[in-house]
Amino acid sequence: MIKARATTAILAVLLLNACSDSTFNSPHPAETDDRTTYYSSFTLPPKHLDPALSYATDESVIIDQIYESPLGYHFLKRPYELEPLAAESLPEITYLDEAGETITDENAHVAYTRYTIRLKKDLRYQPHPAFALGEGGESLYVFADANESSAYQTIADFPEAGSRQAVANDFVYQVKRLADPKNKSPLLGFMGQYIVGLKEFSKVVGDIERDGWLNLDEFEMSGLQVIDDRTFTITIHNRYPQFVYWLAMHFFAPIAPEIDRFYKNPGFKDKNLTLDWHPVGTGAFMMTRNDPNSEIVLERNPNYRTELYPSSGSPGDLEAGFLADAGQPLPLIDRAVFRLEKELLPRWTKFLQGYYDRSGETHSNTRGVFDQAFVVGPEGLELSKDMQSHGLTIAKDVKPSMYYYGFNMRDPVVGGYTEERRKLRRALSLAFDVEDYVNIFYKGNAVAAQSPVPPGIPGQLEGREGINTYIYDWEDDKPKRKSLDLARSLLSEAGYPNGRNRDTGEPLKLFIDVQSQAISNAQMDWIRRKMSDLGVQVEYRPADWNRTREKLLTGNTQIYSHGWLADYPDPENFLFLLFGPESPLVCNCDGANNSSYENPEFDAKFSEMRAMDEGPARDALIAELIEMWRRDNVWLFSYHPLEFYLNNRWVYNHKRHGISKRTLQYLRIDPEDRTAMQLAWNEPVIWPVVGGFAGFIALLFPAVRAYRRRQKMTISPAATTED
Amino acid sequence: MFAYIVRRLIYAVPILIGVNLLTFILFFIVNSPDDMARSQLGEKYVTAAAIENWKIENGYDKPLFHNAEAGGFYAYTDTIFYTKSMRLFAFDFGRSESGRDITADVSQRMWPSVALALPTFVTGIWVNICVALMVVMFRGTKLDRWAVLVFVSLMSISYLFYIIGGQYMVAKLWRLVPISGFNPTADAWKFLILPVVVGVVAGIGAGARWYRTLFIEEASQDYVRTARAKGLSEIRILFRHILPNALIPILTGVVVLIPTLFMGSLLMESFFGIPGLGSYMLDAIRSQDFAIVRSMVFIGSVLYIIGLILTDISYTWADPRVRLN
Repeated sequence: MIKARATTAILAVLLLNACSDSTFNSPHPAETDDRTTYYSSFTLPPKHLDPALSYATDESVIIDQIYESPLGYHFLKRPYELEPLAAESLPEITYLDEAGETITDENAHVAYTRYTIRLKKDLRYQPHPAFALGEGGESLYVFADANESSAYQTIADFPEAGSRQAVANDFVYQVKRLADPKNKSPLLGFMGQYIVGLKEFSKVVGDIERDGWLNLDEFEMSGLQVIDDRTFTITIHNRYPQFVYWLAMHFFAPIAPEIDRFYKNPGFKDKNLTLDWHPVGTGAFMMTRNDPNSEIVLERNPNYRTELYPSSGSPGDLEAGFLADAGQPLPLIDRAVFRLEKELLPRWTKFLQGYYDRSGETHSNTRGVFDQAFVVGPEGLELSKDMQSHGLTIAKDVKPSMYYYGFNMRDPVVGGYTEERRKLRRALSLAFDVEDYVNIFYKGNAVAAQSPVPPGIPGQLEGREGINTYIYDWEDDKPKRKSLDLARSLLSEAGYPNGRNRDTGEPLKLFIDVQSQAISNAQMDWIRRKMSDLGVQVEYRPADWNRTREKLLTGNTQIYSHGWLADYPDPENFLFLLFGPESPLVCNCDGANNSSYENPEFDAKFSEMRAMDEGPARDALIAELIEMWRRDNVWLFSYHPLEFYLNNRWVYNHKRHGISKRTLQYLRIDPEDRTAMQLAWNEPVIWPVVGGFAGFIALLFPAVRAYRRRQKMTISPAATTED
Repeated sequence: MFAYIVRRLIYAVPILIGVNLLTFILFFIVNSPDDMARSQLGEKYVTAAAIENWKIENGYDKPLFHNAEAGGFYAYTDTIFYTKSMRLFAFDFGRSESGRDITADVSQRMWPSVALALPTFVTGIWVNICVALMVVMFRGTKLDRWAVLVFVSLMSISYLFYIIGGQYMVAKLWRLVPISGFNPTADAWKFLILPVVVGVVAGIGAGARWYRTLFIEEASQDYVRTARAKGLSEIRILFRHILPNALIPILTGVVVLIPTLFMGSLLMESFFGIPGLGSYMLDAIRSQDFAIVRSMVFIGSVLYIIGLILTDISYTWADPRVRLN
């Protein structure tokens, strides 16, 4: 009886839902105000939200909306263009000699480079208890011990909040935080090479035993100077023009000493009240809820200055509607809710049901989604009819990244710099038909690499000029892979006619280290087949990422798979993957030159190019470096993946930016359209429940009859009659 | 009974040390402290100094088991194993490798786990017992044989299939409930219906088949024949006589699970987006967070031991002939 009542109650709820004007299957609580909310998801809880620690793309999606570095990127312009963000203008760059005097002679040796940064005047922090002041101007929430702060368990428990202007010293303070070893910043070692005095500062503050807040303002770093409230300088060793790109990362966003002190209050860490989980910034949004286990909520920062949507962009932006909001004050939404969604099916389903505004980053290897969403049409990939009827739009971009299989240049079989070895590697690369590979396994959702520099980054040339002539010919206005016969001939010239060693007769056998989770059996079979076209055998050595990395660090590999995502849009960030001193075997560190490519000419020209400002001379050097990579055939193959978001029809200004994640403020949502479509797409299907219930009753009836008959059974068969 | 419980608790100490040791060895076979540092530092531009600094700050700069540089007793205490594991016995879980307080996280995340596991557990047992008793009522008939076939089929299907199938049918095709998520308010039930139903259905095959075996064995006992001869209804015989007498083996399998309900379910929580301890553990394994992994294994072991003690105690309640000494 109870069961029947419960079932009836559930049915009643479902039936009522069918007749109501809201959606029962909505995962979101009902909106209680008319603010515009953007709904999205994240797949892994962020590890760090402290701008000194965070170095992961999925974390940047959150904190880059909150923190503002001195520089940023123009939302619409391509190639990517730096622009002032917290700074009033681009930094003023001064070159200095050993004595610290300004250099006027262009050819003089540059010992130091000084960046002078002038800040915007209306840069204000979000409201936060760290800035709350008492009547006497003292900070309200500074506690002597954990007992004093026991009443405060979350940020919301603090009744008072304050704010203040972000000043130059806050930016300087953050650089000092990068240098403090206690903060474990990933940039500590790297920036130590550049920022003057950082290493020494790190040593001094690292040696100080502490139990609580250490005011870093009490210690000087020689490369940092506060000129006035709105101006500061950073001095680095030598010339390093790429430093401006680092100034566009959240590592250099301001952190006020009050914030640092607030979170170092006794007992706060035990309540997870840390800057690593509760960011405080000057950006368009502030974090109002951080439950990394379920959801993160960002809301409009009431103290955000007036910033306007850009009124110029790249060709085609106007037609695509990306300039329709030109001149509008930012941000265009009031709130953003990110929910933890680990599995693909729920994420995709909620997107199609209209509960997530965007699909999240879609890779071609998320097959279930990809196959549903796309078909290969005459023009390449197209949205399927079902998706088109949904009104979905695609935001697509070649990500400034690459995946590649590299040769170990120290390997006795495939490594080396003789002409024979070059021919061997070139033959293998010719046999590896990248176009075929990306068509089969990525539905054409990638671009075969002609150089280590991806499209959209200066140095990558388009058209005939940009092809790798060792592997491709230019035919019918497109690159065409050279023939397999050429590959066989090169292999023979390399000493392996028909894939066998000319001297020993042994077959050539390649060993490829792959990460087990990153490659399928089908892909491995395909590679094996392609190599067998040359008579070459392949053996795979699968391992997890930790073991693979161990092999790379020790050079214990022949061919390995790897990937690289740009930190900044400069060819230097890709070509340094081939820089000799970056080899793990040379630097005894986690260097990026996993092939251990060692070419003195390359290294010299790379070092020269690295220190040059943009211009034709630098472009010429880049072309030479790319040519060396092609000639030496350092990688077996490489490609640049295409990645994209799918957007529901009520999402506007969704242009992808390959480098910057600070794009949330430009998004516009039409909430009315969203509500209408959610209602249309989520009408519940009741009949299975009703049918199931009816079926259950239908089954129950004969069971009850059988039971009664059984109860009335007697020993005499004649007496077993039904009532 | 008190002395028995104390004795069992003392026995638990070497078991927990063994579990800790095993967890430690297994974890560090797969991950080294350097791997953990790289994972936390973000993989790029990581210098040897940054890795070393991370290890010092997180206490992974010591040898794993034996510190030859430290003399005497300190050779064993000034090690990663000792410093990281022994504090667990004082229920001091410390911080995760990313800096969060584990005790705070566990106390926050166990409630969503319980919210999912408890109704699944209670409903599952109730449904399994009812179904098994119904089948026993028709034992020897075609219905019984078909039921066994269905049970075996149900238990042969992967748990993942139930989850994905349930999500696909109920949430995606029929749009009856949210496909995943959790809201710790009065609305929580609408997120829990589907995982609870999936959990119950997925457990029917194995549960009902096992209970059927137990009940059939009891149904052939003399006291059942006597009860039937007295004219008692079949339902009364099943629920009032057979069920209580079959309780001991049921309790053996069930009571031990009660404390572990707090630990949640790795798969269910991950697929249904429930922020419980199951998904906490899964995330920790993925991000090579040894501090969380060892704490969760330790908590799981303690709860399991508590479950075993509770099982023994429950025997005395189910069968007055049982004495703990």
